[in-house]
Amino acid sequence: MASNKKYWKSVEELKENSSIVEKLAKSEFAEELPTSDFLGDKETLETSETTRRDFLKYVGFSTAVASLVACEGPVINSVPYLVKPHNAIPGVADFYATTIADGYDFANVLVKVREGRPIKIEPNKDSINGETNARVQASVLSLYDNNRLRGPLSKGETTDFKTLDTEVVSKLNELKENGEKIVFLTGTCASPSTKSLILKFTENFGNVDHVVYDAISEDAALNAFEKMYGNRALPDYDFAKAEVIVSVAADFLSDWQGGGYETSYAKGRVPTKGKMSRHIQFESNMTLTGANADKRVIIKPSQQALAMTKLYQAIVKGIATREASPLNDAVQKAATQIKKAGKNAVVVTGVQDEQVQLMALAINNHIQSSVIDVVATKNVRHGNDEKVAQLIKDMQAGKVGAVIMHNTNPVYTLPKGTAFTEALKKVKLSIAFTMSADQTANTSQYVIATPHYLESWGDVMIKKGQYSLVQPTINKLFNTRQFQDTLLKWTGSSESYYDYLKNQWQTTVLGGKSWNKTLHDGTFNVALPEVELIVNEVAISGISSKGSDLELTTYTKVGLGDGQQANNPWLLELPDPITRTSWDNYLLISRIDAEKFGLTNWTVSNGALNGDMVNVTANNGVTINNVPVYIQPGQAPGSVALALGYGRTDLKGDMKVGINAYPLSTGIFQNVSIEKVEGEHKFACVQLQHTIMGREGEITKETTLADFISKPKEEWNQAPLFSLNHELVEQDKVNLWQEFDSSIGTVFNLSIDLATCTGCAACVIACHAENNVPVVGKQEIRLSRDMHWLRIDRYYSSDMTVERGKEEDIYGSGKFFNAQTHPSDAPEVSFQPVMCQHCNSAPCETVCPVAATSHGRQGQNQMAYNRCIGTRYCANNCPYRVRRFNWFKYANNNEFDFNMNNDLGKMVLNPDVVVRSRGVMEKCSFCIQATQAAILKAKKEGRAVKDKEFNDACACSNACASGSMVFGDVNDETSKVASMVEDDRSFKLLDFVGTKPNVFYQLKVKNTNEA
Amino acid sequence: MSHYEAPIRQPLILGDKSYHDISNDIAAPVEGKANKWWWSVFILSLLAFLWGIGAIVYTIGTGIGVWGLNNKINWAWDITNFVWWVGIGHAGTLISAVLLLFRQKWRMGINRSAEAMTIFAVFQAGLFPLIHMGRIWNGYWTMPIPNQFGSLWTNFNSPLLWDVFAISTYLSVSVVFWWTGLLPDFAMLRDRATKPFQKKIYSLVSFGWSGKAKDWQRFEEVSLVLAGLATPLVLSVHTIVSFDFATSVIPGWHSTVYPPYFVAGAVFSGFAMVQTLLIIMRKVSNLEDYITRDHIENMNKVILLTGGIVMAAYLAEFFIAWYSGSSYEDFVYLSIGAATGPYAWAFWILILCNGVFPQLLWIKKLRRSFTVSFIMALIINIGMWFERFDIIVINLSRGHLPSTWGQFSPTFVDIGVFVGTIGFFFVLFLLYARSFPVVAQAEIKSILKSSGNGFKKARENK
Repeated sequence: MASNKKYWKSVEELKENSSIVEKLAKSEFAEELPTSDFLGDKETLETSETTRRDFLKYVGFSTAVASLVACEGPVINSVPYLVKPHNAIPGVADFYATTIADGYDFANVLVKVREGRPIKIEPNKDSINGETNARVQASVLSLYDNNRLRGPLSKGETTDFKTLDTEVVSKLNELKENGEKIVFLTGTCASPSTKSLILKFTENFGNVDHVVYDAISEDAALNAFEKMYGNRALPDYDFAKAEVIVSVAADFLSDWQGGGYETSYAKGRVPTKGKMSRHIQFESNMTLTGANADKRVIIKPSQQALAMTKLYQAIVKGIATREASPLNDAVQKAATQIKKAGKNAVVVTGVQDEQVQLMALAINNHIQSSVIDVVATKNVRHGNDEKVAQLIKDMQAGKVGAVIMHNTNPVYTLPKGTAFTEALKKVKLSIAFTMSADQTANTSQYVIATPHYLESWGDVMIKKGQYSLVQPTINKLFNTRQFQDTLLKWTGSSESYYDYLKNQWQTTVLGGKSWNKTLHDGTFNVALPEVELIVNEVAISGISSKGSDLELTTYTKVGLGDGQQANNPWLLELPDPITRTSWDNYLLISRIDAEKFGLTNWTVSNGALNGDMVNVTANNGVTINNVPVYIQPGQAPGSVALALGYGRTDLKGDMKVGINAYPLSTGIFQNVSIEKVEGEHKFACVQLQHTIMGREGEITKETTLADFISKPKEEWNQAPLFSLNHELVEQDKVNLWQEFDSSIGTVFNLSIDLATCTGCAACVIACHAENNVPVVGKQEIRLSRDMHWLRIDRYYSSDMTVERGKEEDIYGSGKFFNAQTHPSDAPEVSFQPVMCQHCNSAPCETVCPVAATSHGRQGQNQMAYNRCIGTRYCANNCPYRVRRFNWFKYANNNEFDFNMNNDLGKMVLNPDVVVRSRGVMEKCSFCIQATQAAILKAKKEGRAVKDKEFNDACACSNACASGSMVFGDVNDETSKVASMVEDDRSFKLLDFVGTKPNVFYQLKVKNTNEA
Repeated sequence: MSHYEAPIRQPLILGDKSYHDISNDIAAPVEGKANKWWWSVFILSLLAFLWGIGAIVYTIGTGIGVWGLNNKINWAWDITNFVWWVGIGHAGTLISAVLLLFRQKWRMGINRSAEAMTIFAVFQAGLFPLIHMGRIWNGYWTMPIPNQFGSLWTNFNSPLLWDVFAISTYLSVSVVFWWTGLLPDFAMLRDRATKPFQKKIYSLVSFGWSGKAKDWQRFEEVSLVLAGLATPLVLSVHTIVSFDFATSVIPGWHSTVYPPYFVAGAVFSGFAMVQTLLIIMRKVSNLEDYITRDHIENMNKVILLTGGIVMAAYLAEFFIAWYSGSSYEDFVYLSIGAATGPYAWAFWILILCNGVFPQLLWIKKLRRSFTVSFIMALIINIGMWFERFDIIVINLSRGHLPSTWGQFSPTFVDIGVFVGTIGFFFVLFLLYARSFPVVAQAEIKSILKSSGNGFKKARENK
């Protein structure tokens, strides 16, 4: 059927007799097209530039362009500031002073913030407690921990604060009406304002108790101090004043009584004017402190109390026991030295026993030690074991109505964690304030997600009279609320904690001084009123602990500490300074015991270390299965040790490592029995050869104080000599290369003092954070593919010396070399931080085929990642082996599921440093991004760069609490590093190779004077 | 009075051949059909080759981390294989160039295959510096190509760059030399070819060889000139490869004896590989009359000589390591430390395979035995691989700082790549054996004893 519809094209058609319609009916266009003008002009056509070939080219090009445009490229959204926040200049870092006080670590820090993101923790050097250890340095990554709670939980389900508050407050009121007990169970809380908030809460709810619980308790020391000085706190020590330090199992260079002693200790370890401190350490485990001691006396844990008793008797009572035993001999010698030094001596102990602690205090009191400060006491540990035990009993008996836990994870850290879980179930109301869903949170009814300290307000009194502030450096990342804000809310206050804090400080602390200035400084010190010191007479009874064949102690490592940051990959990957093993804890055992039980550590074909495993049964009834065994030189025979902080069951994937040792952490030590089990454990060690193989003079140098004072430099610090025309000359006289003129401009040098370097590894983490060093995981570390730009080599002495080899007539034989590789059972230990030595005649620079690594005018050996093609020749030709190759793509790779594989974790990356791609070499750059920033800043301000600015620019020298690392411009005569070059103690690593490094070392001096 | 009879040299070609017989014999593998053996070896090699490609693709796709290397030992199998293959690629040029200059006529029976082996080995060798790079896609930066990256240029100080030039020069000269020699032989195949396709191909590759006197004259001259050019290359390539190690500062690498010692080692391993291939080939391709017991013995003599040089170098290295009294030298690849350390097994394989076993060749009976020669060649191949492995891995595993001592263990990818190159090598060689004249027939015809020997025989048979 034909359609009779008519379509019209324009209104024109409706008009009758339209000329246009008529025209259009005849031709396509209404107007004549000037085709003849165009085509008719033959001349134009012939001169036309567009030939057929050109036409095809255009068509081809347009098609190609069209199809290329059609391909979709990846879209990366980068959102610029529409309105610039008034205090954030893109590209310029802000620094905020704040304080970490997580109940275990206490320090005044500066936080580097870029574009609103905290990216690095630095020590606040204008404060008294500005010492950052590895954990403090790494705490910035815990802010971006993917494991953090995103919001509050109610019985395991997500909830909001409003509902939670209503529920909790009604329950609290119910308890109040019934007069039931509400208990706060917190970690050490050194915050005056929090304490007053708890008081406020108590006023509101009546029957409230506050129990302080430390996972690593100093209960005995606190009790002893209280008995003697009437104040439950810890004394402070200024080791810089000490001439003789005697420590009985006090690991004061790591975490003993809150740590932070390396600065003052280091001051006494530099031989100035022929004097330095003498450090004697009695201990069972090889600790950092023991490794640094002048004399290390190996005793079993059960002998520690005995040693202290003898020392006490010799000094205070004046009775010197005359039995002929090595222990007694060592104690009597120590006692003589203490007596000789008088008030310049100090005795410290880490034995968790009140009597032993009292003896140490009594000795210090007896000699009127100037090292110990019993007036301005420290608040870094307050845990009360007795009260905690009572609380658990009360909970089990149903006498507790509510438990509010903050900053503590007792289910994990208590020796009987499961008993606590059971007891908690009998409590009507259980609330946990926590950052992650840890074991305790998982057993609590309500979980309140708390912000990280970098997102919080607060105050801390680390030491009496020394106030510090905590301020947020970033807006809260998640739906979290502080403990203090919550308390204010629950007590019906509408005030925010910030206002409360500010008010309280203005009324009680500041005394009219500016709040803003104090917040800027981060700390505020108040002079303590003169009070007459009352020393109570305390009866001290010598104790004898019953030992056994095998005594186990627990200890903490500089990496994980008490295990709060166990989900921090930087800390897990940090090699332990002593064992150089990462991602693990293990049972330390002496070689003698290992042989007795048939336990071994062995190297597999790729060089990695494997070890036997044992079941450990303790006399407190606890059995831990499949504990890997690590043979530790210097471990007291008859003793074993296991590190705390590992084995958290709430963690996932690669982060779930190690064994929970808390069940064994009761008493001074545990008598245990071990039993070898089937199977092997795979360790992740970064150092596989532990002795120095007779190369002392060229790698780490050491001398004694006596030689240092009395002998000429050539005898204890001879630079290598080279034969030139049959004459021995120093290295600068023989040179194949044409030297740069390095007398103009800035030339960077780094000095590392081996006398004061304690091996604490804070620099390793600082470097990790500053330079976006990737985390590679346990398996890759095991394959010796660690990426740390800075490592701390640790060498043990061996019993097989060249002299002894010659005596036994085996020198130069395989037997000799084999014996040389075995560390002594009582080794001396030396640490040596090694990073790129920035050689002036660098072996790496000459061998790169594409010149990807070359020398900078400021002395750096520079690495151009973009140019690197990854032949790895440079790494092979580096005598220091400091170059690190990107074997895989370490960022955005599910095989390496650490902080660089999630958006949250990536926020910690330093925008000034590129994230390296796979297949390129990397290494220490002397933090060139930071030194250049310092130079530019000074240039803009029209001044010279200050020495301190350079020293603080390098992450490692900035983080170094002991001041061992000094970085600066060697052409600046006033700089500290320039004077260090001239020091008699300075030497260069492998100087004889002729690399002329810009890093140099100061040799270690040991005070071996026995009397 | 009996007359003095001048000794007539033993003929280099056996079996009373006529010129035509030679043409027939040499053309036979090309014109005939491949047998079962050829196919089975070919398929096996092809599989190995494909496996190697898979390993290489996996390496490039994922990262060098799939190999067993680490930050203490940054080279291991990659550079070991590289140096091993380069070393193997030395015999060819030595046989065809140096022996040509020394007028050693026996080389004619083996030079073609030896040179083919050289070229195929250099292919394998060249692969390793490429794939061992972290970012192979930027590998062309090692070439001094004018670029837009600013003033970026290669680093002429780097021995790796010298390698690039040395290997590419060697490869190109070897190919030209080889091809020049092939021209009359290709022409022979062309003239015999019946299938048009074959004829076309052989016409192309024989570059229009006409067999005129002028052709022959030019051929002789070019051969001599190329031999002159190639001779220094025999010395230079492995000298430069040895510079990769010798110019470094690493104990065990930093050694002035390396260049001559590497060259001797390369010839040693190259001859061993020639032995391995030819002893099989003379059987498979029915070339018993051309590759005779005398050839094998002559090559064994070269092996004895170069093996002796290598052993002398080992002893010197070992002595100097001990004599230096330096703790760093105590653990280099030839030292007491190495002989008793974790790599003692590799040390002793090296000493036994390269130093001890080849001494059996002093016994005439053994060096004239095909079986013994074949086994010995395999032993030397293994020994020479371990020499490079020891130099690289043992020395890197015992660096200056004891804290950086480590060990290396290969992964399946390391092994896969190596097996792949062996497969690739045999694929090439097998294809060559079926399509190229495997003996320089034009040259060898010049040493066919046609008259003198015949008269002698006739007299003896009188």
